[in-house]
Amino acid sequence: IKPSSPCNKCLNVSWDSTPPCTCTINFTLEHSFESNVFMYYGLSNFYQNHRRYVKSRDDSQLNGDNSSLLNPSKECEPYRTNEDKPIAPCGAIANSMFNDTLELYRIDNDTRTPITLIKKGIAWWTDKNVKFRNPTGDGNNLTALFQGTTKPVNWPKPVYMLDSEPDNNGFINEDFIVWMRTAALPTFRKLYRLIERKNNFQPTLQAGKYSLDIAYNYPVHSFDGRKRMILSTISWMGGKNPFLGIAYITVGSICFFLGVVLLFIHHKYGNRNTSADIPN
Amino acid sequence: MGVTERCVAEEERRVRANAREYNEKFQYASNCIKTSKYNIVTFLPVNLFEQFQEVANTYFLFLLILQLIPQISSLSWFTTIVPLVLVLTITAVKDATDDYFRHKSDNQVNNRQSQVLISGVLQQEQWMNVRVGDIIKLENNQFVAADLLLLSSSEPHGLCYIETAELDGETNMKVRQAIPVTAELGDTSQLACFDGEVICEPPNNKLDKFGGTLYWKENKYPLSNQNMLLRGCVLRNTEWCFGLVIFAGPDTKLMQNSGRTKFKRTSIDRLMNTLVLWIFGFLVCMGVILAIGNAIWEHEVGVCFQIYLPWDEGVHSAFFSGFLSFWSYIIILNTVVPISLYVSVEVIRLGHSYFINWDKKMYCAKRRTPAEARTTTLNEELGQVEYIFSDKTGTLTQNIMVFSKCSVNGHSYGDVQDMLGHKAELGERPEPVDFSFNPLADPRFQFWDPSLLEAVKLGDLHVHEFFRLLSLCHTVMSEEKSEGELLYKAQSPDEGALVTAARNFGFVFRSRTPKTITVHELGQAITYQLLAILDFNNIRKRMSVIVRSPEGKIRLYCKGADTILLERLHHINQDLTSITTDHLNEYAGEGLRTLVLAYKDLEESYYKDWSERLHRAGSASEAREDHLARLYDEVEHDMMLLGATAIEDKLQQGVPETIAILTLANIKIWVLTGDKQETAVNIGYSCKMLTDDMAEVFVVTGHTVLEVREELRKAREKMMDASRSVCNGFYQEKLSSKLTSVLEAIAGEYALVINGHSLAHALEADMEAEFLETACACKAVICCRVTPLQKAQVVELVKKYKKAVTLAIGDGANDVSMIKTAHIGVGISGQEGIQAVLASDYSFSQFKFLQRLLLVHGRWSYLRMCKFLCYFFYKNFAFTMVHFWFGFFCGFSAQTVYDQYFITLYNIVYTSLPVLAMGVFDQDVPEQRSMEYPKLYEPGQLNLLFNKREFFICIAQGIYTSILMFFIPYGVFADATRDDGAQLADYQSFAVTVATSLVIVVSVQIGLDTGFWTAINHFFIWGSLAAYFTILFTMHSDSLFRMFPNQFRFVGNAQNTLAQPTVWLTIALTTVVCIMPVVAFRFLKLDLKPELSDTVRYTQLVRKKQKTQHRCMRHAGRVGSRRSGYAFSHQEGFGELIMSGKNMRLSSLALSSFAPRPNASWIDTLRKKKGCEGSSAGSPSGAADKTLKV
Repeated sequence: IKPSSPCNKCLNVSWDSTPPCTCTINFTLEHSFESNVFMYYGLSNFYQNHRRYVKSRDDSQLNGDNSSLLNPSKECEPYRTNEDKPIAPCGAIANSMFNDTLELYRIDNDTRTPITLIKKGIAWWTDKNVKFRNPTGDGNNLTALFQGTTKPVNWPKPVYMLDSEPDNNGFINEDFIVWMRTAALPTFRKLYRLIERKNNFQPTLQAGKYSLDIAYNYPVHSFDGRKRMILSTISWMGGKNPFLGIAYITVGSICFFLGVVLLFIHHKYGNRNTSADIPN
Repeated sequence: MGVTERCVAEEERRVRANAREYNEKFQYASNCIKTSKYNIVTFLPVNLFEQFQEVANTYFLFLLILQLIPQISSLSWFTTIVPLVLVLTITAVKDATDDYFRHKSDNQVNNRQSQVLISGVLQQEQWMNVRVGDIIKLENNQFVAADLLLLSSSEPHGLCYIETAELDGETNMKVRQAIPVTAELGDTSQLACFDGEVICEPPNNKLDKFGGTLYWKENKYPLSNQNMLLRGCVLRNTEWCFGLVIFAGPDTKLMQNSGRTKFKRTSIDRLMNTLVLWIFGFLVCMGVILAIGNAIWEHEVGVCFQIYLPWDEGVHSAFFSGFLSFWSYIIILNTVVPISLYVSVEVIRLGHSYFINWDKKMYCAKRRTPAEARTTTLNEELGQVEYIFSDKTGTLTQNIMVFSKCSVNGHSYGDVQDMLGHKAELGERPEPVDFSFNPLADPRFQFWDPSLLEAVKLGDLHVHEFFRLLSLCHTVMSEEKSEGELLYKAQSPDEGALVTAARNFGFVFRSRTPKTITVHELGQAITYQLLAILDFNNIRKRMSVIVRSPEGKIRLYCKGADTILLERLHHINQDLTSITTDHLNEYAGEGLRTLVLAYKDLEESYYKDWSERLHRAGSASEAREDHLARLYDEVEHDMMLLGATAIEDKLQQGVPETIAILTLANIKIWVLTGDKQETAVNIGYSCKMLTDDMAEVFVVTGHTVLEVREELRKAREKMMDASRSVCNGFYQEKLSSKLTSVLEAIAGEYALVINGHSLAHALEADMEAEFLETACACKAVICCRVTPLQKAQVVELVKKYKKAVTLAIGDGANDVSMIKTAHIGVGISGQEGIQAVLASDYSFSQFKFLQRLLLVHGRWSYLRMCKFLCYFFYKNFAFTMVHFWFGFFCGFSAQTVYDQYFITLYNIVYTSLPVLAMGVFDQDVPEQRSMEYPKLYEPGQLNLLFNKREFFICIAQGIYTSILMFFIPYGVFADATRDDGAQLADYQSFAVTVATSLVIVVSVQIGLDTGFWTAINHFFIWGSLAAYFTILFTMHSDSLFRMFPNQFRFVGNAQNTLAQPTVWLTIALTTVVCIMPVVAFRFLKLDLKPELSDTVRYTQLVRKKQKTQHRCMRHAGRVGSRRSGYAFSHQEGFGELIMSGKNMRLSSLALSSFAPRPNASWIDTLRKKKGCEGSSAGSPSGAADKTLKV
């Protein structure tokens, strides 16, 4: 499921274009999705695994350390300070956070029913509860806690305004956490939203027509990147993974074949050792 | 060694006796020696400086500096510093321990006591306080404290006897004499006034040279080595002596000689260094490739990607970025040249050395000496030895002669017989003959044939005469400490054995004076008048005495080499001669040294005439020696044969078996001995180096270059002829074009015996190649009469041309040069001093242990080291190359695949111990098998187990593994998600997955490589895996992260990732795919092309199943052939010493009646003899006639 023509108009967006360029993509699901559905965004040709990118973060700042908040690590350069104010969250990773908004609608006889997308529960528990912490201080007012810092250069709004819910705001915003868990490969996908199954009688997503509304903020065209949106269900061993299956079947057959060949060879040639004339 | 650090080299040395102030201004070294390298203050800087001279350490220091540059640093600095510090610490601790022991031994030597004459009084002083110019008193059996000028001694003429075993390994006593003017300074008061000044050469390391002058009372006296007592000697048979210290401490010849031994490297070491260089080149190549990749990437992609990831400050072009990335990649790929390699190799070698030291089967209970690996760095080379150079005396033989058999009047005695009269096999000896009837018998003497004693008791005249001869015709001195406790001092052990035999059979040589010999014949003391000793020399090969019996009959007794003596017998002896010859052949066939005995009655008148002429000849000034030789020749004629003796030059235990097995293992053994050709050849036969199956034994004895060349050429031609007759025509032509290959392919077995003087020519530059070819084509090579230097030259020659590993084994100081030259030097810790042991790399007390050292320890060491190296390179390539592949997917940015802690710990924790355990404990076949099948030794000689080819196979396997290690997870992770829907392909999960599969794969691989499982192997392998997971979970734990959030970024990763079934499926898949080809390949190899060791192992398995006993190796019986040779190993000229009576103690009874005329010249004569000894031209004694005049 690739973004095609409808979004081409947005290719040249910049970070702070207001209002955001929006586009809509229509697609059809051939089969209905029975269990919980996971919605991913995918980026390609995006080097989240580049050394300079990977190290460009300050984990103690993200862990809520107050001194690091105001004095981020040098690793964050050049996204360490902006206009003499420390950036929170600092570094290139945070700065380049994916900020498109995706909305999914089911089109049923020309009526668009929005589908509820759940934005919590997409990050690892350890990340959300251990690794990422908001700065501590008097009160829970994030605005006050982030006093003295400035937003990352590319962000439209500061970190304490990522979400309205207090347990999903600031550094512990799950979208942010997911983004901060850098990908190993230049083509990757990240979990965006969950679509929960409502009851046992209806599939989560019925087969049929859908449309995806995209608030296109995130420029990828300059480096020839691509965006994707993926819907997937999962089994006990995660998402659909054809590689592993094929590999197992191949390796299994090779092993079997090799076993037969070796058995044959052993029967034919192996016996001559048993007489064991050892030259001396 | 602490060489004195005077700025100006000493040109001459001036020493004034009893004048410390005067001598002090020259600042001569004190007698304090210092062999230690560090003290507490200097240890750290000096040791670190030394360690950073190692290329590897400097390399890692360089890496460390690179890592401190932030633009380049792709890894934290601690990934390098942790292993580096570890390595430096281990080495430093080892150095410190070594030095501590050196300090201890220095202190012990420095604190020895000696008596120094200070202001007229003898005072006890420690050695280190002895100064140049002091006069020291030495007592019997004391070590000489410094190089001394002998001033006077308790013995007449200022003589003094020393043993130089520590210096040159020779155990025989040497005589030193004070110069006559000082010899009279007998007591301390006289010595205190002695103020002579010595001007002599500066300190040097020549043991046998000294030049100087003594100025005293306005006279000049020349000094030579004959006046010197060198440090390290022991004073013997001399109550006391005084000496003037000339050289002290580090200036002494002993210390000047004990230079630091050259550091030996094994061939694996050299190969390893080459390979490390190659790997380094490979590393640079990879760095360049990735740097170019980086430049291109930054130019094509990175430029556009700048909106998210701007370039670093100061980086303005893709090219410069590529340059930086080159260094970054050098850092992260540096693990292909693992620093732990060197440490691990050292640890393994140390382990192997301990195995050698602890080996109970190489422990000599009799001497209480275990084997000792004195050098710990050569062990694996023991598994590659191709040439062994062995000394003879003390190494192959015990240097103990045993009277073993004799033939008297055509009857042979001495066979060990069992009850039925059959010749008994070895090992089932009956009781030895009981000599209890004879109170003077030597209890250590054993003889196994009772019939000889019966013949003596029955009064067989021939037998009596036989033993009478043995008790009379010799130059042995006797010493009777108490009644009946006789001690013989023989110059050659042969003579000692013969006289001892006579003693036990009732013909006891009791004492001698210059004119008489007293013998107890069957309890009855008879004194013979000694008329003449016709001494032994090289040409005569016999010695005779002329005695007058109490009845007045004059009789000549002669013993000598059979070849010489049989020609000089009276013709009526013909029948007896033929029988005796048969016996001689039989004895020679058993490797015994034979000697023919004969006598002749002389008419009184004839003797008078003869002795008259002898006297005249002796006083003749010209051609005296020729005259004497002719006279000797004349009288030793038409003798009556008495019989023959056979002396066993007792081999060390198990020598023939050892040599046989080593030969089977394709090791060529060369014997280099200072002995005579006959002796050497005899020993060659008795220890089965030479056998009668050999096609021919070439003897090279030429005296000129041409002769030697001719002889060598003939030998080669003969061998070639023989092989030509074997080869067919076509082959032959091809072969003859290449001389070397012909000689390699020689059919039949040959042996080469070469004499020292021929060897000197053969070793000249233009002939050495020729000589080597000939010698290498022979199965056995014996070089006799070689000097220590020649021994080293021969070894050097083989080293130079053959590129083979050489091992030299010897026990004396004359072997030191060869031991130091050879790749491996082995010292036999025997009686001949400790010089050889000190110079050696390995030492033990029996030649037979060599078999175990090579075939068991050496083989295993080599095997283990090879396996270790293969695996080590494999695991590091598998580990490191993943970064390379990852480079293509991360913009060549030098991002590591793994967590930095994993990189730090991989080599030092996760994978080091299992491979160390394998390197230390592994064995392919048990020890008995490797002794049983010496052929198993061959892979080592051919260097099959680790060479460049094997190396590339390991590397290829490593790279293959790394590819799978990266691409399988890559394939899986590309679009996998976790079971809770979150993405799986994040960098940290990927890192954990790859690292885990890597650790598992290399652990499985080490499991496959380990051939011999011990509890330790299990413990280390499972322990490493456990350690990996423990450390992983600890590093990824919440608490550590909370303490150092910036250091432990992988928090929660292990729990989250390793809980995923997908991850485990990936790990399993990777493991199977990495290991499967290895298993399949090994299986195929085992089936289709098994190595000998595989076969042996397999047979063993089968045998174990069948529970059959393994067969014993049968000893082949001996076949005799005619070889005989009698070697008097003592120096000639001893006879005259006896006749002159000089060496008799004053306490000796006889001297009161036979007071000899003082004859000061005998010492000179003796000295001259010693000088001549060794030169081939035999110089008949000039003093023998003088004795006759007495």
